[in-house]
Amino acid sequence: MSVKMNENAVGRMVPAEINGQKAIPFMGVGKFIPTKRKYNSDIASNANYPADGNKKQKDLKEALIKSGLADGMRISTHHHFRNGDLLANRLFDIAHEMGVKDLIWFPSASFPCHEHLIPYLENGTISRIEGSMNGPLGKFCSEGKMKGVAVLRSHGGRYQAIQDGEVHIDIAIIGAACADSFGNANGLTGNSASGLLGFALADSQFADKVIVVTDNMLAFPCVPWQIQGNYVDFTVEMDQVGIPEKIVSGTTQITKNPDRLYIAELTANFCNEAGIIKDGFSFQAGAGGTSLAVGEFFGKIMKEKGIKARFARGGSNKYLVQMLEEGLVEYILDGQTFDLEGVRSMRENSNHVWTSPFTSYNYHGKGNFAGMVDVAILGATEVDVDFNANVVTHSDGYLLHGIGGWQNCLFSKTVILPIPLFRNRIPVVRDKVTTICGPGELIDVIVTERGIAINPLRKDLLNKLKGSSLPIKSIEELKKEAEVICGVMEELVLSDEIVAAIKWVDGTVIDVVRKVS
Amino acid sequence: MKLGEQSGVSGNCDSKSKGDCLVSIACKQSGGIVFELESKVKVFYGKSIEELCRSMLAFFSIRNASVLINDNGALPYVIAARIESAIKQLITSEKEFLFDFIPNNLYKSNKDQFRISRLYLPGNTPYMMLNAGIHKPNGIILDLEDAVAVSKKNDARFIVRNALRSQNFYGAERMVRINQGKLGLEDLPFIVPHNVHVILIPKCESRLDVEKVEEEIVKIKNRVNLVHDIFLMPIVESALGIENAFEIASSSHNIVAMAIGLEDYTADIGVQRTNKASESLYARMRVVNACQAAKIQAIDSVFSDFSDMPALAENVKRSKSLGFQGMGCIHPRQIPVVHKNFAPNSDEIEKAQKIVNAFFEAEKKGLAVVSVGTKMVDPPVVKRQLKILELAISLGILSKDWRSEYVG
Repeated sequence: MSVKMNENAVGRMVPAEINGQKAIPFMGVGKFIPTKRKYNSDIASNANYPADGNKKQKDLKEALIKSGLADGMRISTHHHFRNGDLLANRLFDIAHEMGVKDLIWFPSASFPCHEHLIPYLENGTISRIEGSMNGPLGKFCSEGKMKGVAVLRSHGGRYQAIQDGEVHIDIAIIGAACADSFGNANGLTGNSASGLLGFALADSQFADKVIVVTDNMLAFPCVPWQIQGNYVDFTVEMDQVGIPEKIVSGTTQITKNPDRLYIAELTANFCNEAGIIKDGFSFQAGAGGTSLAVGEFFGKIMKEKGIKARFARGGSNKYLVQMLEEGLVEYILDGQTFDLEGVRSMRENSNHVWTSPFTSYNYHGKGNFAGMVDVAILGATEVDVDFNANVVTHSDGYLLHGIGGWQNCLFSKTVILPIPLFRNRIPVVRDKVTTICGPGELIDVIVTERGIAINPLRKDLLNKLKGSSLPIKSIEELKKEAEVICGVMEELVLSDEIVAAIKWVDGTVIDVVRKVS
Repeated sequence: MKLGEQSGVSGNCDSKSKGDCLVSIACKQSGGIVFELESKVKVFYGKSIEELCRSMLAFFSIRNASVLINDNGALPYVIAARIESAIKQLITSEKEFLFDFIPNNLYKSNKDQFRISRLYLPGNTPYMMLNAGIHKPNGIILDLEDAVAVSKKNDARFIVRNALRSQNFYGAERMVRINQGKLGLEDLPFIVPHNVHVILIPKCESRLDVEKVEEEIVKIKNRVNLVHDIFLMPIVESALGIENAFEIASSSHNIVAMAIGLEDYTADIGVQRTNKASESLYARMRVVNACQAAKIQAIDSVFSDFSDMPALAENVKRSKSLGFQGMGCIHPRQIPVVHKNFAPNSDEIEKAQKIVNAFFEAEKKGLAVVSVGTKMVDPPVVKRQLKILELAISLGILSKDWRSEYVG
């Protein structure tokens, strides 16, 4: 079957149809404006629910049966438990036991612990994954072993796709650190504490059936209700939903790698010279080693200047919490909590606020928080001379990472990618990236250990940094420098077969991933 | 042993050895070259790696061999060093497979340039060399001595030689620490012809230790027609070396600095090395004094706890106050701390500016005597203050044309 291919606004050929569903090629930032009404779930009636509010089922299997689990359904789970998730694996164990086939797994992200599911992809229990894939699942998909085409979306794009009706969820399974039998739930207390449950918000609102699963069932009311029981069909108590030490890290560590620290320091100095670090500014904080270090250097500069940030958005961790408690940051708008200190702070500090992809990232709404952020510090596997960037595949074509909130954060006022110029002889700055995840027009600055490139579109930044002692270079110069050191790469040959599609924040297709030959 | 059974092995390939490779070559009696490559970057560089390997085998006239390269992103000069080291375990050859110098590596050094920071880089660990210059140490030291295991000495020589030609150190002074004694003399042919700026001679105990090295350097220089000076930095790290500090410091006009090594010294005198370092006060003072007497730079020992930056800062301040002019670094993050704390402070800069300004004013007016206020200033004092300002400028804490804004 040959599908018609169209060239999109960043010059990539993308199919007109994915998994039998019409696909719109990326048209440019802000160009595609949908005109239809939002999708919604069916109207429910209290008459069909227990009068006393107790929706507790014997076990997950019973809840799944009552939810009508059947062949071909789309089942969603969430990555709040990260690499300590036990729920998705248990869910598909049950589906396999029941002999259900061709399920579509719709996770908000997958982790190496989900390697457990590969046999189910092989035996047809799961037909495809629509969501970010890390590690082993990504490798499986890259090698063309998955039945359907994977669809990768950003956190905001996932909300958008559900809300717009692009994705219909039959059953949503929401793991929570604590819940009551009515279905109110949060991620704040219990062995499987993960901080917040924001990634499950859309699923709770729009899925046909919603199951809340916890290993810490409380008497009503479970507050705060990050997930509202009024959206929930069934509740289940399990012995364990996650492995605590793999959910949140006890000790988030700033990188000790001198080269990464140097890049982080350059990034902070750049922001300072560009006038970004000023009283009341805001920044996107990541939990990667380099991002953490940038946060630390920001803190140092803020202390020296005697200023504070109005808010930090993104992943929280002990370093960010320390900044909040020292008064360097007034608010943390938390999208994902990475360590125990983050969880504690969220529980105790009303200025540590949990957010969701709806408030922060959804592009089909009346604005979101990401655009209000002054500077976002993000990563990339590759960047090209047009500033397009890749976060999902490696240069050898393997799909090994998810998009996360990365695309959504590109809407902040200044986007900076601190990256090494090359990794283990593979240049990071290249002529063309393997997969475009973000268009160059939204990426402002590339900071490498061998120089800083400013997007020519940002004339303001170029002007401000004129005469700076920082190593400002053109992106072409950086690309050439990488080539001089590493050598010119032989061209990579990938097959024509499409194994995954990369959606832009508005639901259009920005690129595809091809089978590794 | 039959020819077919010989094999040469060089390099490293495990998860910790990024940017390196393991080369195994077995000579055969027939069958031509059988080449096998395992590498994450095979799809990108597989052809060029094979080409390099085949051209090297041809260069050394090896026609029948099986070659296995396990590569983890090694740069060509590293692969070439590993291949040559493996080949030379199999054959004896005077020939060397040399890459052209990259243009960035042809710069020269001079005798009295600042040597506040020198970053030690293990000679057999190429990935650490890759970004070393980025951290802007005054010098980098490719170490053939203590940082290289005895069994890897030969491997390291090829890496260091090739790095001197192909690895950009971004303007840092290019130093190599050779081994002690005979082994050290054998190191020299691998470094002398390759634009090494300073050779560090470890465990010096008398002028003879320096003279032997210098003699060998001269021989090599004559052989390859080198005219430029190669500077020396003896390291004293024993009780005897300390006692002979001045004799060593003044043993050659090519000596630009002398360093003290406290790990070995404290072991030699049988005491614990402490952060406060009172146990080595005598030794350090003696080295400083000997260096000043010989008009060379006095360089302090490395500070080994690279996670404790406040302690390093204290250590540097103490070192500066004793009269040392630099310190070795074992981790790139130590470099800014060493620079910052060796840097002249604002009082020192102010004083120097006053004196230097008075000197220029006097010169302009044609006066032979420089005076600041009611005090006369001697020429050596002016010279020293000029040096302080030069250092402040090189560290970026004073503008180059400070006099244009100077208002006394």
